[in-house]
Amino acid sequence: MSATKQFCSFFLEGHTFGVEVTRVQEVLRYQPMTPVPLAPEVVEGLINLRGQIVTAIDLRRRLALPPRPAGASPMNVVVRTDDGSVSLLVDEIGDVMEVAEETFEEPPETLKGAARELIPGAFKLDRRLLLVLDTDRVISGIGVGSGTPGDG
Amino acid sequence: MDEIDEIVREFLTESHEGLDQMERHLVELEQQPDDKELLKAIFRSIHTIKGTCGFLGFTRLESVTHHGESLLALLRDGLMKLTPEVTSLLLRTVDTVRGIMATIEAEGHDGKEDHADLIAALEEAIREHGRRKGEGQGPPADPEPTKVEAPEPTKVEAAEPATVEAAESAPVAASPASEMGSAVTDSTIRVDVELLDRLMTQVGELVLSRNQILQYAMDVKDTAFQAASQRLNLITTELQEGVMKTRMQPIGNIWQKFPRVVRDLSVSFGKEVRIEMLGRDTELDKTIIEAIKDPLTHLIRNSVDHGIESPEVREAAGKPREGLLRLRAFHEGGQVNIEIADDGAGIDTEAIKQKALDKGLVTPDQVSRMSEREMQQLLFLPGLSTAKTVTNVSGRGVGMDVVKTNIEKIGGMVDLQSVRGEGTTLKIKIPLTLAIIPALVVTSEGERFAIPQVNLLELVRLEEGIDGLEEIHGVPVYRLRGELLPIVHLDQVLHLDHSRSESDKVDFDALIAAHHAWRGRLDRIIAGEEEVDRGVVTDPAKCALGKWLYGVGKDRFGQLAEWRLLEGIHRRMHESLGLVIDEVEAGETALAKGHLATVDGLIRETVSDIEKLRDATLSFQDATIVVLRADDRSFGLVVAEVNETTEIVVKPLGKQLKGIPVFAGATVMGDGRVALILDVLGLAQEASVVSAVGRERHVSGRAAAAQALEQDLDTLLILGVGDAQRVAIPIGMVARLEEVPRRALETAGEQEVIQYRDSILPLLRLSRLLGAEGTGDDPESLQLVVYNDDGREVGIVVDRILDIVEDRVVVEKPSDRPGLLGSAVIQGRITDLLDIRRIVRDVHGGKTELSERTA
Repeated sequence: MSATKQFCSFFLEGHTFGVEVTRVQEVLRYQPMTPVPLAPEVVEGLINLRGQIVTAIDLRRRLALPPRPAGASPMNVVVRTDDGSVSLLVDEIGDVMEVAEETFEEPPETLKGAARELIPGAFKLDRRLLLVLDTDRVISGIGVGSGTPGDG
Repeated sequence: MDEIDEIVREFLTESHEGLDQMERHLVELEQQPDDKELLKAIFRSIHTIKGTCGFLGFTRLESVTHHGESLLALLRDGLMKLTPEVTSLLLRTVDTVRGIMATIEAEGHDGKEDHADLIAALEEAIREHGRRKGEGQGPPADPEPTKVEAPEPTKVEAAEPATVEAAESAPVAASPASEMGSAVTDSTIRVDVELLDRLMTQVGELVLSRNQILQYAMDVKDTAFQAASQRLNLITTELQEGVMKTRMQPIGNIWQKFPRVVRDLSVSFGKEVRIEMLGRDTELDKTIIEAIKDPLTHLIRNSVDHGIESPEVREAAGKPREGLLRLRAFHEGGQVNIEIADDGAGIDTEAIKQKALDKGLVTPDQVSRMSEREMQQLLFLPGLSTAKTVTNVSGRGVGMDVVKTNIEKIGGMVDLQSVRGEGTTLKIKIPLTLAIIPALVVTSEGERFAIPQVNLLELVRLEEGIDGLEEIHGVPVYRLRGELLPIVHLDQVLHLDHSRSESDKVDFDALIAAHHAWRGRLDRIIAGEEEVDRGVVTDPAKCALGKWLYGVGKDRFGQLAEWRLLEGIHRRMHESLGLVIDEVEAGETALAKGHLATVDGLIRETVSDIEKLRDATLSFQDATIVVLRADDRSFGLVVAEVNETTEIVVKPLGKQLKGIPVFAGATVMGDGRVALILDVLGLAQEASVVSAVGRERHVSGRAAAAQALEQDLDTLLILGVGDAQRVAIPIGMVARLEEVPRRALETAGEQEVIQYRDSILPLLRLSRLLGAEGTGDDPESLQLVVYNDDGREVGIVVDRILDIVEDRVVVEKPSDRPGLLGSAVIQGRITDLLDIRRIVRDVHGGKTELSERTA
């Protein structure tokens, strides 16, 4: 009887992450990227999304995960934000999952650093956890001069 | 605004259009007083406004329009003759109505002012007619204009300020008259600009999808699909043009105010000016139209005020009394050209020159080298106005430079041509739209960047690579036609070095080590401890060096002698390796050992040639200097490659990237990839952060300064004092070199000073300091070396500036004379080293042994 939510899932370094489907504009395979010199480290580059220029953010760096293995091409999860669309680079895209709200739990106190700030909690699935990603926070912490929160 | 309901808003919009038309017609009517159609149209305009405002309850507005209408009725019925005074009165009515409408728009009611004076003036004009009628004057009214005593400020009586539409636009002028009564609104609708912008963006997306489909259609070779995609192509292009057009407006929209402006100005100056307008249908993007409105108005005022002479002067010069002001607009090369030409007096370059000199904007030396045309361009300098008298119209000293700045702000250009006595033509070139700009695409470290064409001055190809650059104390410069151009390396400013593509990268050290190792490997091969594939060893293209040497290395450095040298020796080395291995395999170990010395020599030569090529590649780089202008200063941007010029669509960067000053935005290139647009001003600012001047600020004291001199301040400015004495200053300490007229010298207390850049610059005569007899080569001017440390400036007066040398300076003989560090041998001659910090301190500190000596 419990309420459910839909999450678009993706994978990063073996973890399953999820972003609410309503926030996701679209999902794209690897796109050629234009690097932006002098940009914060987490900004991987710019992609051309049908004439619209979208900033791509390397979620691995943002979450202080180890760098992507050489040769692996990331996929784009384009999310809507107040400042237009932003692409989050992930290792791989998963399915859209329907999860029961009651399975949600906040992270343990031992979760520290960037992850603590960006992951408000997890849904307990059958054999794994779906880590919820707060996209607003992922994006708002980035700016020139504000340092690279990914390191924290 | 929100409270006003729809009807009022519509009334305001329609009335504005009606007033614009009325104003134009009135000015035309002066020229053709008998044109009944024009009169009728004017009457209808005011009648419509009056009717509607009565209905809406704007009684004050109704009262004004009612009186205007009454006067117009007399004119229309031929009971009264149009005079300049009456026209002025009617134009004043138009202005007042406009003012009331602005009040309505802002406050929702027609204001508290009753406009009694205007109404009285209108009534007076009507009564005047009645009086004359009473005197027995029959209709049509007396053609003598002076009898009408309209309370109009102007005293000009017989002036014929007039407007003539150019032949081309004459039909346009006639048609609005017939349009007026009928519903103009039938064929047009009002659309929100935001909606148009959105459509424009969507069309942009459509264009990109179309490009992809076309690409795909080429690959699949399906004729039906190709035909369909061709149609899609065609329609998309047409749609794109169509949507672009919706944002376009004819330039006539802003021009229509000019006849009135010219009329009013010529009346108040007592001039006779005819305005001609050609190409009023030329279309421009809405945002651009708005941006050029004020600059154009200013230029027109200028022409009437300064350009066109008074009728008497004109007659005396053998010109027709009536001056001609011609506006022309046309499309050319993807740009809109606007010309404003008058047949007036032209520009008095002597006056400009004098003015510029008086204001210290240029030096006499600069002026003497200027061509007539360059002097005319001085007009665009800030703070220069050539009007003899300051009028309320122009001549306030904020003229042309503001016009120029505003035009350049939207990516346009202003050019001025003037012939003395014949007139002046101003040519303005502006882009069709702001969203699409022409740009130069360059490559640096494999990345493309777009540079707005507006900032581009010229391109200089560095034939000899970046070796062609020189340095002044660590700051790269380039000698461009004798002038030193500061140089900025794009890859350095953007920290691009690390992103150099992998294939280009070559680890010379590893290559050297690998080839060095052959010596040991051969020993092991001969001893049977190592086996190798002979085919691989003998092929010089198969080792790591070979792969690079015949690939990227050849592409980039193939023309270098070092490359050819290495290629040859490397090939022979591998051949000899093969020879030794053959002998080992054949069991001829002794023979192989005998060859070792030869192979060893080849290995050593190879290694040394790798080192040579490595050194050569370090200084060798394909490079082009893109000469850019930012904030009236020019600098050279070194890029690896210049690709093309193209039109780009400017897109903003996301919020995360807004703080990077060197980028103005991004654009999508023809291949669908994104390229960043450089902000030239931001780039210049970013680059100047690394300026070397002032780096040694913390060093103090003579010893430290001397040490600094000895160690790294090796670029020196050599100055001549007296007959033969030479003095050196590290160039890093010199802010600038100046030449000032001797008459600019003033004294403050006992100190010689000049006014320099809005402040007082204390001067120090080097000759007196050194006890030499100052000669000075030039009786007219002084050579100054301006030194600046933490805002403390001193001008050192020298007799001659001899040279700039790069030399290793060793202080031979420390000096105990104040102001000198010691002597050194530079260029084979004894040269004194100046303790410039000390000198500055003394001059600013006031009293020390130094100033005693200078006194």
